[in-house]
Amino acid sequence: MDLSEELLELLQENARYSTDDLARMTDADPETVEAEIERLESEGIIRGYQAVVDFEETERERVRAIVELNVTLDRETSYGDIAERIVQFPEVQELRLVSGDYDFDMEVEGDSMREVSHFISDKIAPIPEITQTVTHYHMDTYKTRGIVLGDHDEDDRLSVSP
Amino acid sequence: MTIEPSQRVETVPPSGIRRFFELAEEMDDIISLGVGEPDFSAPWAAREAAITSLELGKTSYTANRGRRELRELIAGDVDRRYDLEYDPDEEVLVTTGASEGVDLALRAVIDPGDTVAVVQPSYVSYVPGVIFAGGEPLPVPTTQETDFKLTTDALYDAGVEGADALVLCYPNNPTGATMTGSELEPIAEFAREHDLVVLSDEIYSELSYEHDHTSIATLPGMRERTIVFNGFSKAYAMTGLRLGYALGPPEAIGAMNRIHQYTMLSAPTTAQYAAIEALESCDDAVAEMRRQYDRRRRLVLSRFEEMGIECFPASGAFYAFPESPWDDGEAFAEALLEQEHVAVVPGTAFGEGGEGHLRVSYATGMDDLKEALDRIERFIS
Ligand SMILES: Cc1ncc(COP(=O)(O)O)c(C=O)c1O
Repeated sequence: MDLSEELLELLQENARYSTDDLARMTDADPETVEAEIERLESEGIIRGYQAVVDFEETERERVRAIVELNVTLDRETSYGDIAERIVQFPEVQELRLVSGDYDFDMEVEGDSMREVSHFISDKIAPIPEITQTVTHYHMDTYKTRGIVLGDHDEDDRLSVSP
Repeated sequence: MTIEPSQRVETVPPSGIRRFFELAEEMDDIISLGVGEPDFSAPWAAREAAITSLELGKTSYTANRGRRELRELIAGDVDRRYDLEYDPDEEVLVTTGASEGVDLALRAVIDPGDTVAVVQPSYVSYVPGVIFAGGEPLPVPTTQETDFKLTTDALYDAGVEGADALVLCYPNNPTGATMTGSELEPIAEFAREHDLVVLSDEIYSELSYEHDHTSIATLPGMRERTIVFNGFSKAYAMTGLRLGYALGPPEAIGAMNRIHQYTMLSAPTTAQYAAIEALESCDDAVAEMRRQYDRRRRLVLSRFEEMGIECFPASGAFYAFPESPWDDGEAFAEALLEQEHVAVVPGTAFGEGGEGHLRVSYATGMDDLKEALDRIERFIS
């Protein structure tokens, strides 16, 4: 595994690893690590860094929904054109073209169910190419982006063993 | 009446680890770098195979030597990885952990009064195992000067010429030392010259980071005098499933099986099904765990270097064995536990050569590891 692959893996595991720790773990020097990360960022391979938040543990109410979208295309309009329009909305967290029974898989976030519903009915449904929306509200999140939420994993090994 | 323990039991002092365990258990909220087992769970496929075997009602004893299918897979696996060729019918014994294998071998080849040289610092079970088998343990200390590798000088200094058997373990618990093929050659020559039986605990063979693992049994003239122990505890993170194996010439394995068939009957059946699956499909999981350990190893070694804590470049298992910042390693470990709630094990728990050192296990998640290292740094500054 070369340095860039290793850095990508480590930063996906924890974007807050310090440059020094990344250097220690990969046996590279900190300047090389720094330069490599800058390259990955400037080439658009690394697109950003975000925290994985378990909103259940906070006071703040966040509502998320997965919305299935069906569209019809015409000669002038491609999936890309429709997507380009939808991604403009700040409420939209994820948007993917998928295979199967529907075309786009969209994830929306808002402060309340009402807000999310209104967003879908006022902003998404009226888009001319969209023929159908099916909304699934998240009831509970157990794992997100590879991280298990909820009960903090207890290490039940003996604290000292041979 | 009160039941008096036998003399053999009386001779064996309580484990140095035990005392530390008790200290650590009194405290909550500790970060432990004192753990001698993986922090991963067994690969999912292996766990599922265990579950399926239970659902199918596979809950009987197996053949004494272990399921044939498993023995065949073990033989194929050690041949492929370590160039060790053993006949699954006569030269492979499936045991309840490598631990049982070591115990059986000692009891099968040691007569009362026989001298068994034990390379130290070492895993805590060997010396008691020798005593329980009626043998006389002869410690062979290794030191940081030789990166805790065994040398013929160390063998001569300890007087191993007259011994009957030699126990060694590379990659090593507690030091993390490994030995390459060429470093093992003079040891093999010594063993041939002085007609020693070699008991080679290679349970950490898959966790060798700087070079491929070499088994001493593959060196010329060694196969017939060596019993190799390995298992699923470390590489496959299956400690609780209690499954290991021993490899050796038919007379040795036969003798061990004679004890095994009366004491253990057979190794856990469920674990044998898990092990079959582990060997068949879990190479990638092992490689991934090794990669994670290696990152942590590099982190730990460079942090120690930056802190000014002397530590030889440990290259195997999941332990580093730095010098204690205080001369008295036990006092240091105790104070570190009390003040910073970080558990490490003093090197004295592992016998001669361990004084003034600490065993630091990096079989712990990166966040905890980093936090523990920060606390150690704070503690010594
Ligand atoms: C060197 C060594 N041998 C053997 C064992 C025990 O292995 P098993 O779980 O297979 O009995 C350990 C466990 O810590 C070990 O470190």
